[in-house]
Amino acid sequence: MTKSNFTRRGVLKTGAGASAGLAMPMFFTASSAAAYTNEPKGGTVTLGFNVPQTGPYADEGNDELLAQQLAVEHLNGEGDGGCLNTFTSKALKGNGILGKKVTFVSGDTQTKSDAARASAKSMIEKDGAIMVNGGSSSGVAVAVQGLCQDAGIIFMVGLSHSNDTTGKDRKANGFRHFFNAYQSGAALAPVLAKEMGADRRAYHLTADYTWGWTQEESIVASTEAMGWETVNTVKTPLASTDFSSYIAPVINAGADVLVLNHYGGNMVNSLTNAVQFGLLDKVVNGKDFQIVVPLYSELMAAGAGENIKGVLGSMNWNWQLQDEGTKAFVKSFGEKYGKPPSNSAQTCYAQVLLYADACERAGTFNPCGVAEALEGFEFDGLGNGKTLYRAEDHQCFKDVLVVRGTQNPTNQYDTLEIVEVTPVEQVTYAPNHPMFGGDEASLGTCNPGA
Amino acid sequence: MFGLNKKDGTLFLIVIAMTLLAPFIFNPFPTDSAMAQFNAGYPDLLQRFVIFGIFAIGFNILFGLTGYLSFGHAAFLGVGSYAAVWIFKLFTYNVVPAIIFAVIVAAIFSVLIGFISLRRSGIYFSILTLAFAQMSFALAYSVLSNPRFNLTNGETGLQVYDADPQMFHHEGLPGMPHLFGLPMRATHEMTLGGWAFNFNVGYYFSGLFMLLAFYLAIRIFRSPFGMMLRAIKSNNTRMTYTGLNAKPYTLAAFVVSGMYAGLAGGLLAAMDPLAGAERMFWTASGEVVLMTILGGAGTLIGPVLGAGLIKYMENIVSKINDNVLHQWFSFMPDGLEDVMVTLIHPFVGKGWNLTLGMIFVLVVIFLPGGLVEGGQRIARLFRGKKAREAEKSTQSNPAE
Amino acid sequence: MDSFILQILNGLDKGSAYALIALGLTLIFGTLGVVNFAHGALFMIGAFCAVTLQRLLSISHTVIDETQKDFLGNPLKVEQPYVIDWFGPEIGNGLIEWSVPLAVIFAIPVMVGVGYAMERGLIKHFYNRPHADQILVTFGLAIVLQEIIKYFFGANPIPTPAPDALNGVVNFGAALGLEVTYPLWRIVYFCFAAVIIGAIFAFLQFTTFGMVVRAGMADRETVGLLGINIDRRFTIMFGIAAAVAGLAGVMYTPINSPNYHMGMDFLVLSFVVVVVGGMGSLPGAVLAGFMLGILESFASTTWATTTIPGINQVIIYLVAIIVLLTRPRGLMGRKGVMED
Repeated sequence: MTKSNFTRRGVLKTGAGASAGLAMPMFFTASSAAAYTNEPKGGTVTLGFNVPQTGPYADEGNDELLAQQLAVEHLNGEGDGGCLNTFTSKALKGNGILGKKVTFVSGDTQTKSDAARASAKSMIEKDGAIMVNGGSSSGVAVAVQGLCQDAGIIFMVGLSHSNDTTGKDRKANGFRHFFNAYQSGAALAPVLAKEMGADRRAYHLTADYTWGWTQEESIVASTEAMGWETVNTVKTPLASTDFSSYIAPVINAGADVLVLNHYGGNMVNSLTNAVQFGLLDKVVNGKDFQIVVPLYSELMAAGAGENIKGVLGSMNWNWQLQDEGTKAFVKSFGEKYGKPPSNSAQTCYAQVLLYADACERAGTFNPCGVAEALEGFEFDGLGNGKTLYRAEDHQCFKDVLVVRGTQNPTNQYDTLEIVEVTPVEQVTYAPNHPMFGGDEASLGTCNPGA
Repeated sequence: MFGLNKKDGTLFLIVIAMTLLAPFIFNPFPTDSAMAQFNAGYPDLLQRFVIFGIFAIGFNILFGLTGYLSFGHAAFLGVGSYAAVWIFKLFTYNVVPAIIFAVIVAAIFSVLIGFISLRRSGIYFSILTLAFAQMSFALAYSVLSNPRFNLTNGETGLQVYDADPQMFHHEGLPGMPHLFGLPMRATHEMTLGGWAFNFNVGYYFSGLFMLLAFYLAIRIFRSPFGMMLRAIKSNNTRMTYTGLNAKPYTLAAFVVSGMYAGLAGGLLAAMDPLAGAERMFWTASGEVVLMTILGGAGTLIGPVLGAGLIKYMENIVSKINDNVLHQWFSFMPDGLEDVMVTLIHPFVGKGWNLTLGMIFVLVVIFLPGGLVEGGQRIARLFRGKKAREAEKSTQSNPAE
Repeated sequence: MDSFILQILNGLDKGSAYALIALGLTLIFGTLGVVNFAHGALFMIGAFCAVTLQRLLSISHTVIDETQKDFLGNPLKVEQPYVIDWFGPEIGNGLIEWSVPLAVIFAIPVMVGVGYAMERGLIKHFYNRPHADQILVTFGLAIVLQEIIKYFFGANPIPTPAPDALNGVVNFGAALGLEVTYPLWRIVYFCFAAVIIGAIFAFLQFTTFGMVVRAGMADRETVGLLGINIDRRFTIMFGIAAAVAGLAGVMYTPINSPNYHMGMDFLVLSFVVVVVGGMGSLPGAVLAGFMLGILESFASTTWATTTIPGINQVIIYLVAIIVLLTRPRGLMGRKGVMED
């Protein structure tokens, strides 16, 4: 059977015998020279950091890249070591991974599936990257995850919040540290009920694509479960910049809560528009009107400025947490770059350390060995508290933060305050949950490439 | 030779040689050297060069010959990709039926859009094509990917899942696009000293199509049909007065170029079985316009060069980060090294768009005929004055 | 009824942005015959004039406040804007708060200067070149301009709120017993657009300069033969068109936080507006701007999207196709402009 090789390093080295090489057929079975794709041969190992560097998410991508560079430094024993000192697994020694010095290549996803795959392929084919990390959208994450599965390398998902990433599109070679829409709903619902009461009428504005739909589904399910009523769910085109024509009808719809299932620029604009229309000053059904943004990020909060004051949402992590892991990471990042890290930066940083640690514990870079080491791995000390990388779907289970826009910020980074740390038990679900592809969803088998 | 005149024959031979030797030409630097960053000879990028080359050649048949500027050509590439992936999903991973189907679907699509859009000319035509393409994009991104009727799989892009029927797929065939069992991804690596060269099945497969597409384009350019199209460009009114109905000709050119786009889309899917809606976004349509003008609209080889340059910038320059810069200049004293890195930093890595924009401006200012004119000027320099005069006489029967 | 009025208001206010951008674009087409793909970038630069002024007014020196801590636990450095030092907290904060309206004054010379520089430095050389070359050069310029902005301001949207006094909502329907509340700033935007559009038309209609420009638009060569330096006037018109786009951008910032690619978001749309209005027709551009704004608003109501799924995504393009097929040169286009 023909095995195909994705990469140049995974292929038989034909040596200097050029003519012999040319005479060979164009395809051939993989040799035993490489056990898996991009097996590192020299004294270094290359990681691929694939983040958006142009387009609307460029700043978020840049933050991720900074965090990943920091992780590389820490792995190589430079800097203050960051979370290596607080991580419960002590396999990493600060001498690279398995004794090899860590280097990295970076690429631009442009937040487009096509461009992200092209960039990831160039890392794999040209630079010999052994894993790919990062990204800022679920569409891209699913697309690159599929690519890495085929190529036989590990993909560590960056910021991706859609249920599908570890749901119906889960892959044996892909791992997600970030939380998901279901967990947002599960964490938010009790807080919403406590803060706003159990008899609210919610109006959803949802970005009209896969991530928006899964988030709407999750939030509707968890809020209805505690007694809320859903008045309407309206899909808004991704390309919208002005949401006024979607916000205006909310006023007369009899709803008293507006849920914005938007992310990035969409969220900044829809929230700004909603505040402009004076929704937060209204009293409907005898209750103060409220706005909820289920998925927050620091950059969105900064973009929305004053408008986020008092608005509830959820996050994967926040720099204001007080555990040792967070403190170590924030100190390390803050001293190097002069600003606190965002939650996407933290995810990408943690993913690099987790990958490196798994390699150490597995004693190999072979993706199948690494995957095995990550599956069911329990750890602490990276900032999210006690965390489990669940074997069945490669999703991390950890506490989820419910946050609120700060009313009286003390400095420019003080945009969000932590309302509650929802314990992990409350956001855990069965691997065959219907929102996650049900029984049909399967990881497939691990692919080591060659 | 091949039924071409001497000049075209030579050009075609050069293109054949370039295509065959591309893995060498684009990998001029040893793998471990600092300059290896500039190597473009890896399968994915080589594939993109030829596939976007096909796309641009096709676009040029419409724009370069008739002057009709379509601003929605990416729609045909997009539907071609979707069509090919659907064949993968429903029937087989074999690329032949997928590519044939992609071309057919793109042809049907372009007949429909062309028939309507060609009722107008000039910028009105451009906006009509743009409107159709943007509608296709918007629908593919959201409405056509709803769970009840999932034609495009929206944001993530259409891809093959294990649960898909794949009726003619059987044990022993590779689980990825292949040509009768020969996977598109299969790559043969040859190392020569410090150099490594990749020979990839998918690249040569697409390259073959590119050569066919290029050959066909030459034949069209030199045919009476091509003459007719040029006549439409130079004076449509006069054409009409002589009693000729120009529309069937322009429609034919439109459909041919739509089929080229469909072929490119099908090949893209064959190299990587995922079709995303962004392929149809207006920026993608704009990109092929820029490729063609940048290379030299109306010339044979120009669009291919333009496509190559833009894809090179996108994939190579975007990957040069500060770390790489520091490596390059590490031989300099520390202070100077930092200065160099600071100077170059805004133009590479995340600033690759800036460099691209500057290249557009500079090329169009200094080389009005695009990259091809640059090549001609260099050639003239080498050939000396006599040849220059000879050139003038051959150029006295211009294309339009 | 309430929601009907609301959607009309919405449409008008969306339409004012479209109309302003399309107006500038048409001025450039009509006078210079140039397809200006950098027009969206001018809109964006206008918006960043507001951001820049806000930043300029907030230039600060740091005061170390020992009572508070920053995120690393060091004493907090409080930024104290100089304007507060100079004018006292009341006027100082007032200036910062009113930075967006003030930016209108700031933006006019900046935008005219940018427009002038663009025309003299680059576009001038492309009058006799094919439209394709114009597209390539202006598109390249647009990329360069937006990348420069990205380099200095980042890619994240920057909040630029309107002054508090203009930030509330107005209840229109109170007198009629209807519940129609609408943000004050959006009404300001609409009025502002109306004034600018009126001023441009008045300028072209009632001044000698405008008359010459209109004559030049109709027949450039003849006007040139009359010994009038039409080129210089057209350059000024380019500056004015840039200023119109820039002002549209300045005033837009409180509606949506500006980011570096907002120009590209508007670019395609504004071309559609111009073409639907008819090439070279200023009233056409304005009419089409408002018409498409209103149609877009109505297409995004729940009623419309449940009747025809996805109509809100495609309405503008659908209307463009219908208009162009029924009226060959858009709503009010002239024959022979940009038809070849």
